Amino acid sequence: MNNLEIKVCMGTGGIAAGGTDVLSAFDSALKERSIPAELQMGCSMHKVGCRGLCAKDVLVDVLIDDSRTTYQYIKPEMVQRIVDEHIVGGNPVSEWLVKEDYHNFHEKQIKVVLSDCGNIDPEDINSYISVGGYKATEKVFATMKPEDVIAEIKKSGLRGRGGAGFPTGVKWEACRGVQPNLQMGQKYIICNADEGDPGAFMDRAVIEGNPHAVIEGMVIGAYAIGASKGYVYIRAEYPLAVERLKLAIAAARERRFIGKNILDSGFDFDIKIKLGAGAFVCGEETALIASIEGQRGMPRAKPPFPVYQGLWGKPTVINNVETLANIPYIIVKGADWFSSYGTEKSKGTKVFALTGKVKNTGLIEVPMGITLKEIIYDIGGGIENDKKLKAVQTGGPSGGCITPDMLDINVDYESLAKVGSIVGSGGMIVLDEDDCMVNVAKYFLSFTQAESCGKCVPCRIGTKRLLEILNRITKGKGKEDDIELLLKLGSDVKSASLCGLGQTAPNPVLSTIKYFREEYEAHLQGKCPAKVCRDLLTYSIIEEFCKGCGACLRACPAGAITGEKKQPHKIAPEICVKCGACFDVCKFKAVGRE
Amino acid sequence: MLKVTIDGKTIEVPAGTTVLDAAKMLDIPIPTLCHHPKLTPFGGCRLCIVEIKGIPRPVTSCTTPVSDNMEVTTSTPQIEDLRKTVLELILSDHPNDCMVCEKAGDCTLQELAYFYGIRENRFAGERRIYTKKDGNPFLERDMEKCILCGRCVKVCDEVQGVGAIDFTYRGFKSKICPPYEKDLDCEFCGQCVAVCPTGALTGKQWAHKGRQKDIKEIDTICPYCGTGCNITLHVSRNEVIRVTSKEDTWNEGWLCVKGRFGYKFINSPDRLKKPLIKKNGKFEEASWDEALDYIATRLNEIKAKHGADAIGGLSSARCTNEENYLFQKLIRAAIGTNNIDHCARL
Repeated sequence: MNNLEIKVCMGTGGIAAGGTDVLSAFDSALKERSIPAELQMGCSMHKVGCRGLCAKDVLVDVLIDDSRTTYQYIKPEMVQRIVDEHIVGGNPVSEWLVKEDYHNFHEKQIKVVLSDCGNIDPEDINSYISVGGYKATEKVFATMKPEDVIAEIKKSGLRGRGGAGFPTGVKWEACRGVQPNLQMGQKYIICNADEGDPGAFMDRAVIEGNPHAVIEGMVIGAYAIGASKGYVYIRAEYPLAVERLKLAIAAARERRFIGKNILDSGFDFDIKIKLGAGAFVCGEETALIASIEGQRGMPRAKPPFPVYQGLWGKPTVINNVETLANIPYIIVKGADWFSSYGTEKSKGTKVFALTGKVKNTGLIEVPMGITLKEIIYDIGGGIENDKKLKAVQTGGPSGGCITPDMLDINVDYESLAKVGSIVGSGGMIVLDEDDCMVNVAKYFLSFTQAESCGKCVPCRIGTKRLLEILNRITKGKGKEDDIELLLKLGSDVKSASLCGLGQTAPNPVLSTIKYFREEYEAHLQGKCPAKVCRDLLTYSIIEEFCKGCGACLRACPAGAITGEKKQPHKIAPEICVKCGACFDVCKFKAVGRE
Repeated sequence: MLKVTIDGKTIEVPAGTTVLDAAKMLDIPIPTLCHHPKLTPFGGCRLCIVEIKGIPRPVTSCTTPVSDNMEVTTSTPQIEDLRKTVLELILSDHPNDCMVCEKAGDCTLQELAYFYGIRENRFAGERRIYTKKDGNPFLERDMEKCILCGRCVKVCDEVQGVGAIDFTYRGFKSKICPPYEKDLDCEFCGQCVAVCPTGALTGKQWAHKGRQKDIKEIDTICPYCGTGCNITLHVSRNEVIRVTSKEDTWNEGWLCVKGRFGYKFINSPDRLKKPLIKKNGKFEEASWDEALDYIATRLNEIKAKHGADAIGGLSSARCTNEENYLFQKLIRAAIGTNNIDHCARL
């Protein structure tokens, strides 16, 4: 044994699971215990970013002479044994090792953007450089003209990963083509890290795990379009990502990858961080620009598009985090390599946040065109508790549903759009038979209507009215023509709204009506088939199963249950608050829920 | 020049002209609420949407610049249907108390509701209710009637350069208010009142004084300062109840707090209507002849005893140019001194 490396997963998930304590436990254990003297020189410990399967945190890699062993669910008190038995004794602690599902989770993934996440130390620029980091920047400044860079990105077929899927090279070319007059010659490149979809954490993981890739993407983009200033617009709710980005920018500046006269090329470019104050709409590019300018984050009509009139009225390119993080890999490995992944019109890979009722939840990166079935059953390991899959929601609050009969669909921009959903920024929520689709629509609508900026009428009032109608349907107070009204209002809000938020906000409603209309109809009849909508449920004791154990009586917070010991109990419906505590606590299935 | 065809009529317009302005040149009406010709386009009310050949979704004509050979249709069943939905949505969150509203008869929202025949509302639901009233002395701010067109915010920022109000909160709760929802404490120029298309912003002192349709309008010049803004006095029951200014005047319809709200002296019981002469330590009413004779006599006496330079004249910015000219003529030629000055020089 000549070399020992310990890598502790310390993204936000890893830290929440106790990663910091695990790392210091390794530190003290290795210092105190009798580690072979020859190892001390070659021993290193690293915090690394998210590798996707946060559910199994804290994940720890022990690399002895580059042979990797991965442990899951590690707590500080387990560290001593790993040091004693594995590192000193040479025998890995087998019961704590990751299992087959961990390997299955990774097997069908192809990692480009995330290739170094979870492997390198995001707070150490040398760690990034050691895996080939900043090679792309060097290559660009040494051998490429801005036009060459644009040509390469265009050839790669890379499209915006923020949701709209606009070809990145075309956007850069348009901005490059704007010739501002000499006094007003400034151009800008902005990294949009205002990730706000509920359940989406792709961009956070990329910045936490490999901030330098984003910086490199920005430098190359800036060179291509001729910008000398860049902004990263990032949510203040991402403190760890902000911290690591700050460290990375400072380190890159010190190494002259950004700043004045980058790598003696004569090109100047620097990056500022602008913290977002938590408005979902600021992910919309014109609202984002307004926010950087110090205005209220409200979108404006396009045209003019930001590539012509953006920040402070100057030509501006706005790219998503994942888009930019792809750039260095494309430059180093070539457009042909990148476009060898994916489908005809959707090239490369896409990062998704796989959540919901799937066994392996987490961050995944898959080639465009992979089938939904592979994602859910091979990577995701199937549905939790082996229940029945009901739908997959993609694209978050702007997206739609895909039903089980469409599982063979290819996940790419065109195919998902064809069935009324979108790739979006990469949220993917798996729903099972216990999920009420009306409730799902209501959940997304309550988010979008609260996050509407209030500027345009259809979004401000229209989404509110859609939510009100959904609310009354789930309360059993729906009116006969409410489904038609939802369809009508939904389509009008889509057509008449100013920005992407309002134009897509009705999608969860329209898409659930399209595929699950019978669930809406059932609600109008006073029934929630998934038994989720509380106001439509009634609880009662099934006398023949009730043993009179009193568990439900004790669990009931409202005092609605009465009964003698060993006698069947009763629920008083007028007192019952329908919390379901009795249903959950009964071991004899004697509580009925209808 | 760019060629644009709107509803079959063709016109050439300079680059930068919006579709809405081009339509206006062709006398083609397009409904608007948030648009104001003197302010930058907002695109919030969505009523001015039109169809443009080659663009898949409806676009707002107020924000879309004309491009060459553009073909625009301002009214189709789909467009009118969308406009009706938008109006219904606005009215579903509006008090609809036109019966007692100060703005009735002069309200763009009311007029549009009339044209689109909106009586029932498919989207009736929760309405914003605000109990706190603004305690400022001039502006009545009834935010339940506010449709968030943003005109007041824009005029305060773009024309007046004050920025006393802005959008706050999000979604349905969005509201326009001063910082921290305090009482308005600004210049009270009332420009926001002038541009408000609904009854959300009105003058406190003209409440319940008369409907616009019963009012006699009299154009005149503001007497307050040398700027000489054009104003229009609104007279109801032989009383000036409101002052406005028209957009096609040189001051473009903008006024200050004095011109807009300082008209109460006209009907004030304390107003001097006859000259007063102090006799035995008390002011007593006198006739104009008596007063002018007295002034002439005293001026002559002072001039004879102390010389013309013992006298000085101070004129007022509230006088007209002609009055000020005559006054300096009096001091210079009749009295014979150059001691003449004007309050606007201070």
